[in-house]
Amino acid sequence: MIDWIIILQAGVGSGTVLLFAAIGEVLAERSGVMNLGVEGMMLLGAMTAYKTVAQGGDPWAGVVYAMLAAGALSLLHALVTVNFQADQVVSGLAINFVGVGLSTVLGEGLSKAGTVALLPVPITQAMVMDNIPWLAQVPILWQLVQILVIDQHVLVYVGYLLVPAAWFFINRTRPGLHLRSVGEYPAAADALGISVYGLRYLYVLIGGLLAGLAGATISLAVSPGWFSELTTGGQGWIAIGLVIFAQWDPWRAAAGGYMFGAIRRLILDLQGPEMLLGFRNPFFYTPKLGFFLQMLPYALTIIVLVAVSREALRKRLGAPAALGTPYIRGERGI
Amino acid sequence: MSASTTTPSQPEQRHLRDLLRLPFRIVVEPRMNVPRWLAPATSIGAVILALVIGGVVIQFAGGDPLESYAHIFNAAFGSVGVFSDTLVKATPLILTGLACTLAFRMRLWNIGAEGQFFMGAWGASAVVLAPLLPATTPRSIMLSAMMLAGFACGALWGLVPGFLKARLNVSEIITSLMMNYIATSWVLFWVFGAWSDAGFQMSPVFPETAWLPRLTDYANQVSDLAGLTLHLGLVFGIVAAVLVWFILNRSRWGYEIRLTGDNPQAARYAGINIVRNTVLVMMLSGGLAGLAGMSEIAGVVHRLQGSISPGYGFTGIIIAWLAKLNAFGVILVAILFGGLLLAGREIQPSGVPRMLQGIILFTVIASDVVLRYHIRIVRR
Repeated sequence: MIDWIIILQAGVGSGTVLLFAAIGEVLAERSGVMNLGVEGMMLLGAMTAYKTVAQGGDPWAGVVYAMLAAGALSLLHALVTVNFQADQVVSGLAINFVGVGLSTVLGEGLSKAGTVALLPVPITQAMVMDNIPWLAQVPILWQLVQILVIDQHVLVYVGYLLVPAAWFFINRTRPGLHLRSVGEYPAAADALGISVYGLRYLYVLIGGLLAGLAGATISLAVSPGWFSELTTGGQGWIAIGLVIFAQWDPWRAAAGGYMFGAIRRLILDLQGPEMLLGFRNPFFYTPKLGFFLQMLPYALTIIVLVAVSREALRKRLGAPAALGTPYIRGERGI
Repeated sequence: MSASTTTPSQPEQRHLRDLLRLPFRIVVEPRMNVPRWLAPATSIGAVILALVIGGVVIQFAGGDPLESYAHIFNAAFGSVGVFSDTLVKATPLILTGLACTLAFRMRLWNIGAEGQFFMGAWGASAVVLAPLLPATTPRSIMLSAMMLAGFACGALWGLVPGFLKARLNVSEIITSLMMNYIATSWVLFWVFGAWSDAGFQMSPVFPETAWLPRLTDYANQVSDLAGLTLHLGLVFGIVAAVLVWFILNRSRWGYEIRLTGDNPQAARYAGINIVRNTVLVMMLSGGLAGLAGMSEIAGVVHRLQGSISPGYGFTGIIIAWLAKLNAFGVILVAILFGGLLLAGREIQPSGVPRMLQGIILFTVIASDVVLRYHIRIVRR
C-alpha cells in the first residue's frame, strides 16, 4: 500500500535539494543574471562533497568544499556575463558542460568509495517518542511532525530557515531592495550609487554556493554516493523551471521543490505494491511501464510551466525586467 | 595613443580597476571596426587556451596532458582508417550542430537536440521494427522511409517546445531540455519491451536493406576501401549544411530568421510572422537532429539501443557556437570534435573529452570580448 506520510516525508527530504538550487537561482535572477549552469554546479558540488568524505573528511567540510567549488564555477559565469557581456544563455550552458565534465574527470573511481560518513539525522522517531510520548496521540499534529521533523537529514532544517530568510531579505530589507533594483532597472540603481556589477557578482556567487549546497545534499544525504551524471539526473534543470513556476518567490520555490521531491518518491513507490486502489497495479505487472513514470517529473515541469505562463499573462507577473541583459554603463536602455 | 584617449571625459571608455598598483594599466575601449582576421584568430586562440586549461586539470587529476593530447591527435587523425572513424563520429555532430545553428540564429535556444536525436533514431527504427515496411523492401525505399520517419519524429520533438514558445511564451530552453529526458525514457520503453531482442536491452540487428551504404561495402571493387566505416550519412550532413547555409544567407525566410534573432522588435514592426517562424524553425531544427539519429543507427549501430549517443545533441550546441553559427564552419568544427570524441574513448580519466568541450565553449564565448573591445596595456 502507498503510505502518503512516507512519500511526503521523503518529498521534504529530497525536495530540499531543489529548494536550495531554486532559491539560489531566484537570487541570481533577481539581480538580472540567469545562470543555466545549475545542473553542472550541483554536480560539481555533489562530487566535491562526496570526494571529501570518501577521503576521510568530515561531512560538514564536504558541504563547505562543495559550496566553494560550485561558487568558484559561478564566478566564471559572473566574469563572462557581467564584465564581458557575453550571452547569459550560452555562458550558462558552458558552465554546465564544464561542471559536468570536471565532475566526471575528478570523480573518476569515486563510485567505488564504499561506505562513507554522511550528514547526521538529528531527530529520530524514537527520540520524539521517548521525550514527548503524548505527541503520537494527537492525530494531525503528529503526522505533520512525522512529515516535517522526524528522520530528516539536518539540511532540511537549514531549508526551513532559508526560505523565510530569503523572502524577508528580498522583500523587506534595504540590501534586498538594491538586489531587486539591479535586476529591474540597473541604470537607475547605478545612478543611485549602487554597484550593479558588484551586486550581480555577489548574487551569482550566492546562487553558485547554494547550488553546491544542493549537490552536497544529494550526495551526502538524500541519495548518498557518486553515480556520475545520474547523481543529479536533471534536477538542476528542474530547479531552473521551478524558478519560473515560483515567479521568483522563495515560498513558491520551496513548495514546488517539496512537490517535486514527493513525486520522485511516489514514482518509486508506485512500482512496489501488487494492488493499487483496489486494482491490479499495472506498474507492478508490467515493469516496463515504469519508463513512463520516469518521464513524469520532466513532463510535469513542462505542464507546470505551461500552467504558470497563463497565470503570468493574466496577472502581468514576470521575470525581473533586466533578466538576461548585460548592463553597460553609459549605453542607452535598461 | 595620445593621453586624451584615456581621460574620463569620454564616457564610452571603461577602465578595469587596477587591483594592485601595477606600473601599467589596462585600457578597455569599444571597437569601432573588427578586422576580418580577428574572429577566426580569437577562436583558435580560445581553443588553445582551453587546451592549456584542460591540460592543467588533466595533470591535477593524475594524467599526462601532453601524452593525452598527442594520443588524441594520433587516434583521430593519424591514418586514413582512424580519419574515416573520425568522420563517422563527425557525421551526427554536423547534423546536430546545424540543428543548433539554425535555431540559435533566431535566438531560439533549442537545447533538445539530444532528445530529437533519440526520437529520430526511434522513428527510423520503427520503420524496420514495427515493422512499417517488410525486411525485403528495396534498400532505397527502406532508407528513404527511415529518413522521413527520423526527420518527422525529430521535428515533432522540436514542435512541442516551439509551439509552447510561440503561443504561450514558455521558455524553450527548459521545455526542450525536459523533452530530452522524455525521449530517452521513451526509447528505453521500446528497447526493453516490444522491440527487445530476446530479453536483451537492445533491438535485433536491422536487415541489411536498412543499412546506409559504407565505403567498406565497395571493398571488392576498390580494395583500399576495406575496413573504412564511413557511411552515406556524411553526405546528408554536407547536403544539409549547404541547405542551411542557403536558407540562412540567401533566402527571404533566412533573412526573417536572422532579423528576428538580431532584433525581434524590428522584425515585429516589419510584419514578420514570428509565431509561425518559431514553430517552423524549431521543427526544422528538430528534424535535422532527428536525421542525425537516423543516420547514426542506419549507418553505425544498425539496431536500436539505449546507448546510441555520447551526447551528440549537447555537443551540437558547442559546435554551433564555435562555428560562429556558420553552416560550413559547423562541418569543420564537427570533424575536430568527432576526433576528440573518437580518441577520447581511450584516454583516462574518461570524462576528459566532455570537460574539454565545456572549457572550449567557455573560452570561446569569453574570447568574444576581444572582438567587442580593444584592450591595451598602457604605461603609467
